[in-house]
Amino acid sequence: MNTKENPTSSQQIELSPEETPVSVYDLTVAYHRKPVIWDVSFEIPPGKLVGIVGPNGAGKSTLIKAIMGLIPKASGRVQIFGKPYQKNRHRVGYVPQRESVDWDFPVDALDVVTMGLYKEIGWCLPVRKKHRARAMEALERVGIADYAHRQISQLSGGQQQRTFLARALVQNADLYLMDEPFAAVDAATEKAIVQILQEMKQAGKTALVIHHDLQTVPEYFDYVILLNMRVIDHGLTEDVFTPENLQKTYGGRLTLLEEATETMRRREQSL
Amino acid sequence: MRPFVLVLLFAMFWPECMIFAASDHSEVQSQSSITDRRIDIPEWNDWKRVFLLEDYNTRIVVFGTTLLGMAAGMIGSFALLRKRALMGDALSHATLPGIAIAFIIATGLGLDGKALPVLLVGAAVSGLLGVATILLIRNMTRLKEDAALGIVLSVFFGAGIALLGIVQQMKTGHAAGLESFIYGKTASMVASDAWLIGCAGLSCMLISILLNKELTLLCFDEGFSVSRGFPVVLLDMTLMGLVVVVTIIGLQAVGLILMISLLVIPPLAARFWTEKIVNMTMVAIILGALSGMIGSAMSAIFPNLPSGAMIVLVATAMFLFSMIFGIPRGILIRKLRRYELNRKVNRQHLLRGLYEFLEARGRLKEKQSSESTFVPLSKLLQMRSWSPAKLKKIVKRAQQEQLVVTLQEDQIRLTKAGLLEATRIVREHRLWELYLITYADVAPSKVDQDADAIEHVLEPEVIAELESLLVQQSTEGVLQSPHTIEIHQEEIKARHSSRRRST
Repeated sequence: MNTKENPTSSQQIELSPEETPVSVYDLTVAYHRKPVIWDVSFEIPPGKLVGIVGPNGAGKSTLIKAIMGLIPKASGRVQIFGKPYQKNRHRVGYVPQRESVDWDFPVDALDVVTMGLYKEIGWCLPVRKKHRARAMEALERVGIADYAHRQISQLSGGQQQRTFLARALVQNADLYLMDEPFAAVDAATEKAIVQILQEMKQAGKTALVIHHDLQTVPEYFDYVILLNMRVIDHGLTEDVFTPENLQKTYGGRLTLLEEATETMRRREQSL
Repeated sequence: MRPFVLVLLFAMFWPECMIFAASDHSEVQSQSSITDRRIDIPEWNDWKRVFLLEDYNTRIVVFGTTLLGMAAGMIGSFALLRKRALMGDALSHATLPGIAIAFIIATGLGLDGKALPVLLVGAAVSGLLGVATILLIRNMTRLKEDAALGIVLSVFFGAGIALLGIVQQMKTGHAAGLESFIYGKTASMVASDAWLIGCAGLSCMLISILLNKELTLLCFDEGFSVSRGFPVVLLDMTLMGLVVVVTIIGLQAVGLILMISLLVIPPLAARFWTEKIVNMTMVAIILGALSGMIGSAMSAIFPNLPSGAMIVLVATAMFLFSMIFGIPRGILIRKLRRYELNRKVNRQHLLRGLYEFLEARGRLKEKQSSESTFVPLSKLLQMRSWSPAKLKKIVKRAQQEQLVVTLQEDQIRLTKAGLLEATRIVREHRLWELYLITYADVAPSKVDQDADAIEHVLEPEVIAELESLLVQQSTEGVLQSPHTIEIHQEEIKARHSSRRRST
C-alpha cells in the first residue's frame, strides 16, 4: 500500500495527472497523537461516481476534510487534477455534513446557495442580481425553488440537504466532495440527489460521496473506496464490493455482514 | 418566566439608586468619585437642555455614544453569530490593568496620564494580551474555552483593581477618575474623545460592511469557508480586532464591566424581529444607536449615575420589548401561534370525530337534514379526552364558523361546509398516517412541520403513491383509515357485551 504505484489503477488505462480528479498518496491524519487514517493511497478516475464506505469512526469525513486541507495532514500528498488543492480549489464543490452548521442562523435558502458564489463574486463586492438568479437556478435543479425565501431552520432535513447540494452545484465545479448527503433524508430527496449525481456523471464530472447504506452502494456508485483507517480496497464496484472485502472493512460484526451478504445475493440475482 | 425576572431586576435597580442617593446626601458635594450617587431631581429646563442638544458638550457626548452604539450593534451581531460574545466580555475586563499601567507610564514620562488615546492604547494592549492568554490556555492545555475565559477575566480584572489602588497612592498626577472606566462616565468626555470614538466606530462599521459577505460565511459555515479558500484565521482575527476596537472605544462611555451588554443586547433584541442577517444587523445598529443616544442623554441629566448603567438599561428595555412583542420570534406571537394551532387541532378533531362517527355507521351519504346524521355530544366525549366544558367551547367555536349546527338535547350535526371540510381533513389525516407507516424512517421530520395541507410538504409523486395505496384499501371510493377506527371497535365491544347480557 505504501508504494506510490497503485496496483488497481495501473491495470486501467494510464491517466495523466491533470485528468485524475483526486490522487492521494500515503495520507496520514492524526488528532491529538491518535492516527485517524493511515497511509491512505488511491486515485480515482474521472467521470465516476465514487462511494466511500466504511464503519463509523473509519475516518471517512477525515479523509474528505484532509483532501481539502480543512484539517492538517501528518504526512502524505493530495492532488486535485494534478495540482495541490489550493491551486485547483475552484474546480471542487464541497457538500458538508448537515449537522455541521447551526440551522437557526438568520439566512434563507437562497442566501445559503449564494454563499457558493462568494469566492467568485470577490472580496468586498456585493451579491448582485445575476448571482441570485444563478443561485435560484441551482435551487430549481434540486427541486426546492419554492422554499428559496424560507429561513433555513424551517426547511425539512431533506430540504436542508438539498440546499447544501445546490450551494455546491452553483459553483459549477468538476469534482464534488459530499459528506453523507444521504444521511437521514426522505425518499424524495434521496431520489433527487441520485438523479443529480447521474446528471453530473453524464456531464463528465466526478463525485466522491461518503455513504453509509451498504444496500444502495452497487446501485448508486460505479467505483468504491472501502475505508477503515486504511484503504481496504478500491476500484470498480463490481470488482471491489465483495463480501470478503466488506468483512475486512467491517470486521465480524454480524448484522452488517448479513446485510452485506444479502446485498450481494440480491445483486447476483439481478445480474 | 425569564421576562419577569428581568423586569424585576430592572425595577429593583431604580429604587436602590434612590435609596443609595438619599443616604448619601450628607456627603461632600464636590466628590466626583463613582461612589457618589447622589441624584437631584432634574428640572424641566435640564430635560429640555439635554434633549434639544442645546449644550455643546451634550451634543458631543450624544454624538459619540450614538456612533458607538451603532458600531457595537453591528460588530456585536457578527460576534454573537460567531459565538464569540463571551470573548468580548473577557477582553473588556482584561483592559483594566492596561489602563492603570498606561497611566503610570504616561505620568512617569511627564505626559498627561489621563489623555484618552494614551489610556486606550494601554487598554487595547492588555485586552489583546488577555485574549492571547485565553487562546494560549485553550490550545496548550486541555482546558475548555469557558474555563480559560473565567481565569483570564478574573485574574486580569483583579490585577487591574490592584494596580488602580497603587495608582491612587502615587504622588505624581491625580488618578481620580480612572475608576470611571469601570462603570463608564460620559461626563469626562471632551470633544476630541467623542471624535476619536466616532471615527473609530465608523471605521469598524465600514470594515464590516465591506467584509459582510465573508464574515457571514465565516459565522455560518467555517468549514465551507475554508474549503472555498477564504483565510478563515485572518477573518477571525479581523472580527476579533473589530470587537477589540469597539470595546476599547466604549470603555469611557459604557465602562468595561458593562461593555459586553452593548455588544450583545442590541443584536439579540434585533434577532426577535427578523430572520435575515442583513435586517438583523440593521435593527441592531438602530437599537444600539438609540441605546447610546438615550442612555448618554439620561446620564447628562443625572450626572452622578454611571452612564454605562444608563445605556445598558435603555438597551435592556428595548430588548425586553423585542422579546415580548417581536415579530416573528417574540414570545407573544409564538404564544398566539400556539393558541391558534391548538384551536385548529381541536376543530379538526371535532370534525374528524363527527365524520368517523357517521362513517362507522354508514350514514355519511344520507341527507343532511335527516335525523340519522345527528351526533350526540356524549359520543364525542367518549372518543376524545375532552372535558364536557371544553367540548362545549369547541362546538361553540365550530358553530360560529358555521361548520356544525347544535340541536336540542346536546345533539350536533355537520353543515354542508362542515362535511366538506371534515372530508378534506380526514383524507389528509389518513394520508399522513399512511405516510408515517410507509416512510417510517424519515417521516417524523416532515410531519411535525405544522402543515395541515399535505401537498405543501410532500412531493406530488409521494402523495399520488399514497393515494393509490389508500384507494386500494377502500372499496367505495371513501378513503379508509389505515387502522380500524376506534368507534368501530367500540361498537363491536358494545355488541359483544349486549349479546353476552342477552344470553
